[in-house]
Amino acid sequence: MLGQNEQNIKKRMEGRVAFNKILMVLFGMATAVGLVFLVLLFYRVLTQGIGYLSLDYIMNFPAPYPEKAGIYAGLIGSVFLMIIVAIFSVIIGVATAIYLEEYAAKNKFTDFIRVNIQNLAGVPSIVFGLLGLTFFVYMFNFGYTLIAGGLTMALLILPVIVVAAQEAVRSVPAEIKEASYGMGASKWQTIARVILPAAIPGILTGAIIALSRAIGETAPLIIVGAATAIYTLPDSLLAKYTVMPIQIYNWTGRPQEEWQYVAGAGIIVLLAVLLLMNSIAVLIRNKYQRRL
Amino acid sequence: MNKVMEEKTNKNVNQGTKKPEVKKEGIKKENANSIIEVNDLNLWYGSDQALYEVSMDVPEKQVTAIIGPSGCGKSTFLKTLNRMVEMVPIVKTSGSIKYRDQEIFSSKYKEEYLRTKVGMVFQKPNPFPKSVYDNVAYGPRIHGIKKKEILDQIVEKSLKGAAIWDELKDRLHENAYGLSGGQQQRVCIARALAVEPDVILMDEPTSALDPISTAKVEELVQELKEKYSIIIVTHNMQQAARISDKTAFFLNGELIEFADTDDLFQNPHDKRTEDYITGRFG
Repeated sequence: MLGQNEQNIKKRMEGRVAFNKILMVLFGMATAVGLVFLVLLFYRVLTQGIGYLSLDYIMNFPAPYPEKAGIYAGLIGSVFLMIIVAIFSVIIGVATAIYLEEYAAKNKFTDFIRVNIQNLAGVPSIVFGLLGLTFFVYMFNFGYTLIAGGLTMALLILPVIVVAAQEAVRSVPAEIKEASYGMGASKWQTIARVILPAAIPGILTGAIIALSRAIGETAPLIIVGAATAIYTLPDSLLAKYTVMPIQIYNWTGRPQEEWQYVAGAGIIVLLAVLLLMNSIAVLIRNKYQRRL
Repeated sequence: MNKVMEEKTNKNVNQGTKKPEVKKEGIKKENANSIIEVNDLNLWYGSDQALYEVSMDVPEKQVTAIIGPSGCGKSTFLKTLNRMVEMVPIVKTSGSIKYRDQEIFSSKYKEEYLRTKVGMVFQKPNPFPKSVYDNVAYGPRIHGIKKKEILDQIVEKSLKGAAIWDELKDRLHENAYGLSGGQQQRVCIARALAVEPDVILMDEPTSALDPISTAKVEELVQELKEKYSIIIVTHNMQQAARISDKTAFFLNGELIEFADTDDLFQNPHDKRTEDYITGRFG
């Protein structure tokens, strides 16, 4: 049947092959759009900011003069904030994922909760900021403090962590769970000794990606009152604080051109911290995967 | 604890009838004590019934083979014996299973306890992604044994029991995933032995193995029946004939025939058993 009309088949085949090539070029161009802008971003930030980047810049508090201004308060504030966010969001997120995947009855209600957690991950961050303002700042009366900001951010990334942890827990092979139950292990023993060790790479990767999102967030923190210029480091959970994105945002809003370069230097520091966190995620993942 | 069996009748289901009309048929029990007694077991996955009125007595310290075509309920039946089948949330059961005269479906009976007594070896070798040592020590550890000397002893004894100690004694701290499929399966058997069970359920333990590993596992089953009661599900009728003392034939969720292996293969009472073992279907 194929031999019947060799000529025709060849012709159509050529059409398909050509179409495939066109698509390849289009997809390649789509990828290039992203890459080009990323390169442009890096170029702009590096050329503008690198001149102001120095050890002094990293170790200085904000100052009224561009050449004396530094990101120290923002850097340390961001690190402290991330520690709080990580503790609350990872513990609550993983516990939620374990409950939903291993303990909760498989019914419509559980499915409903599951879908809505995924929806929550898409809620604009500003909404979480308002939530944080209502609950943590006013109701719990924390004021504009580190803990209020940390808890707000923890809420913001909680859905992302829950979803990532759920996927990690779900991907643990049923065979090894059965092996554990088959020896008389209780559910918790199986979770602690079999499921979590196998799920940790996935959980940590998800958690660090979520934290990377949180470290760059500005909107919710503006609402829950991160300061824009402080000259001390937060010394308690109830201290004032600032974070890098807010500091950068504040500098970019100033009229003098020099401040743009100061902001550029801040973006470099922020990107460096982000890169560091992502590398840690990759390292952890590789370390655990090799053990499997 | 062992209850001496009287000549108990085995319920058997008549051909063709939908609602099983029970045909009583005396089956020789000789001197075997039964360790598990199943009576009128029905099992449903949601609204699909998978087992119909299954009754059988599993003899102690013998090998009982369960054969039948795919989907006949033999694996489901096996997993019911240590209540692993309940991991599927929609499963419902009725009837009774007694392990050493205790009703395992009773609400007072803890499934965790049952599973330490009725261990299981699965179809696909399923070691944990841990070292050989940690795999075998898993059971004792979850049951609270922490002392290293005791764990060392258990690991050695279990690996010896699974006839794999000589092969692995220098590789105890290697990851079990690096072993061959046959070695993995014997580590899984050692892991089951480490809990010191009474009964070992094996769900087609050689179906994922090559012929040489299969021969080793079969040999091992012969040795293990000195100390353990073994119930083995197999697709392979030659395997059932080679290694078992008794054989049960399942078809469409019903226990068709249960007899001494030699009897069942040489002189099947039921036409369907005969058709199956002569290869006319399945």
